[in-house]
Amino acid sequence: MSTDLQFDPIRLPPECDALRAEVRAFLAEEIAAGTFDPHQPGHGDSHNRGFSRRVGAKGWIGMTWPKQYGGHERSQLERYVVTEEFRAAGAPAHLHFVADRQSGPILLKYAPEHVKKEILPRICRGELCFAIGMSEPGSGSDLFAAKTKATKTDGGWSINGSKIWTTSAQIADYMLGLFRTSPPTKENRRHGLTQFLVDMKTPGITVNPIYQMAGHRGFNEVVFENAFVPDEYVMGEIDGAWKQATSELAYERSGPERFLETFYVLLELIRVLGPEPDLRSAEGLGRLVAQLHTLRRMSVSVAGMLQAGKEPVVEGSIVKDLGTIWEQKLPGRVRELTAFLEPEVANRASLADQLAFATMVAPKLTIQGGTTEILRGIIARGLGLR
Amino acid sequence: MAEEASTIIAETAKRIFADFADPQTINRAKSRAWAEPLWRALSDAGLPLAWVPDTLGGAGATLADGFAILGVAGRFALAVPLAETLAAGWLLARAGLGAPPTPMTVAPVRPHDRITFDADGTLSGRAIGVPFAQDCQHIVVLADSRGQQRIALVEVKDCRLSEGRNLAGDAANIVTFEHSKPLSSGPAPNGFDRSALMLMGSAIRSMETAGALETILSLSIGYANERIAFGRPIGKFQAVQQNLARLAGEVAAALAVAGSAADTIAQADTFDDAVFLEAASAKIRTAEAAAEGSAIAHQVFGAIGFTQEHVLHRFTLRMLSWRDDFGNESYWAAELGKHVAGRGADEFWPLMASR
Repeated sequence: MSTDLQFDPIRLPPECDALRAEVRAFLAEEIAAGTFDPHQPGHGDSHNRGFSRRVGAKGWIGMTWPKQYGGHERSQLERYVVTEEFRAAGAPAHLHFVADRQSGPILLKYAPEHVKKEILPRICRGELCFAIGMSEPGSGSDLFAAKTKATKTDGGWSINGSKIWTTSAQIADYMLGLFRTSPPTKENRRHGLTQFLVDMKTPGITVNPIYQMAGHRGFNEVVFENAFVPDEYVMGEIDGAWKQATSELAYERSGPERFLETFYVLLELIRVLGPEPDLRSAEGLGRLVAQLHTLRRMSVSVAGMLQAGKEPVVEGSIVKDLGTIWEQKLPGRVRELTAFLEPEVANRASLADQLAFATMVAPKLTIQGGTTEILRGIIARGLGLR
Repeated sequence: MAEEASTIIAETAKRIFADFADPQTINRAKSRAWAEPLWRALSDAGLPLAWVPDTLGGAGATLADGFAILGVAGRFALAVPLAETLAAGWLLARAGLGAPPTPMTVAPVRPHDRITFDADGTLSGRAIGVPFAQDCQHIVVLADSRGQQRIALVEVKDCRLSEGRNLAGDAANIVTFEHSKPLSSGPAPNGFDRSALMLMGSAIRSMETAGALETILSLSIGYANERIAFGRPIGKFQAVQQNLARLAGEVAAALAVAGSAADTIAQADTFDDAVFLEAASAKIRTAEAAAEGSAIAHQVFGAIGFTQEHVLHRFTLRMLSWRDDFGNESYWAAELGKHVAGRGADEFWPLMASR
């Protein structure tokens, strides 16, 4: 029974302070130049090619990757600082973020040398956007039920079927997708899926928009009709994608993006309450602060353990479970805590606007990147219950 | 607990608790006869005075060591005043005062209780909910002395105690000081005030709560894997698994925030804003975890878990009681909220990121 959860009280090392100051100065310049408005979440385009290129020029994409692939060989903790500063400010980093967080590390691990040399430096320069091709019309959380087929042809594979709920597909340069290369076996229902790198410009790929309830184009359907993928774009073992899925999860699940997505409403709450809130508001605010501080300390701890070469899979899943539920509930808490304020209080219009957006975004937070139920299943397995 | 904190002294504590403070054995005991050999073993190992420098008669362990002991004590739901004696010895050392080799406790433990050190050199005032006061020989008091803070060592027999117990049945007395004459006293260091004592106490209770939650999680998992219902262990049901995953989340949050606060105090020179954020947050979040975690664990155990015979209540009720010591979660949340609001929105993220 492995019930020993571990959260070492890791502090960000001193070299992070200078980096943080540099990131804040950069973001202040971008805000001053009108690249984005930290008070208007969701109003700008979260994909900003110019911004991502400038971030790349700063050396803040692929920070932990080897220099030979355009990376900067900095620590997980330094990357953590950049990620959290961007998130706290609401910077439009969507274009490069998925590649930075998860696609790049997969390429580093599984791509042939010349593919790495070709693509990774471009990710680091902020030129490339990646999409993740997992969910399908008939399979979401049940990842290994995916049906979209890759059939062997001369020199590569031909893909037929569709992926759905694919974020950023409309602008993505590449997709990392799971496709069926063999049927599952009786012994192992997860057998038969292979991970592929797909160039989104490949003939036979159609991207259809799906609008989210908050009004923006957050999703897409990606249809494959005899789309050709060369052999060199197979990532890892044929039929064996299931073996590759787990070690990246701690990276993907425990970052600051898993509890800061509605952070702007907390800042707006502080603005609206003013310097001397009443007791009810003060207590409510204080609880939110304590909860956020706890989440951040947990998340930094996991980043530190990853840096130390550990694989805190359960701890990472716990951070995402607690973090996404917290950020999902945050708009509702802020709504309650401002319920008795005078309507003419300064910033009220801005608060209403932000709450409306956050409320419409909130339901997805506990779904994307692994639902609450799936995460708790993983945690339960880690606890020795299944 | 983090392996870095599993120091030799914490291992010693664990061995002693395993030998002399087994929760199941204590739960079955008809009297408090178990307490005496337990305390003797702890004293022989120098644990109660771990935070007293050797020059003042203590073991001179680090703050980190002491917090590690407290985490282990929580895992055993320890029901002797070890945490309180540690705190008392630490408080005496702030004023350079030596510690007696006896069980001690501290006062005040509620943020609004005030004890004064009067011109005639005696103590007056009242402190509510002083843990284990009737089981101790000495109380270490932080008192107001005409605007200055003074630390005093007083004998329990020189105070008036009213009978009182917390939810877990541990003594928690109202202590009234009526011109009680201390054995010794000295000025607290500059900047050390009641709030500092409350923050230290909060970090202590947070570590104990995190420890208790660790045990609750492992007991609950063990039970879920053993208890058969509808033909299989209840831990095989998704509904139960989801609850246990939630419990693990509460345990994780408590461990992380308590460990972070303890680490902060262990590294700090003064009780500054960083300690305030960390210790207040720890008290708030561990108290929330205690409530949430107790409810889940009791749900997993069903009827057997709320019998007197079962050991679970030793952990759940003690954690729920600890919430009230050194400022409850509502008190600290209001303090933290006022602090954050006073600094303003633009200073909020820098504060979070500074830790």
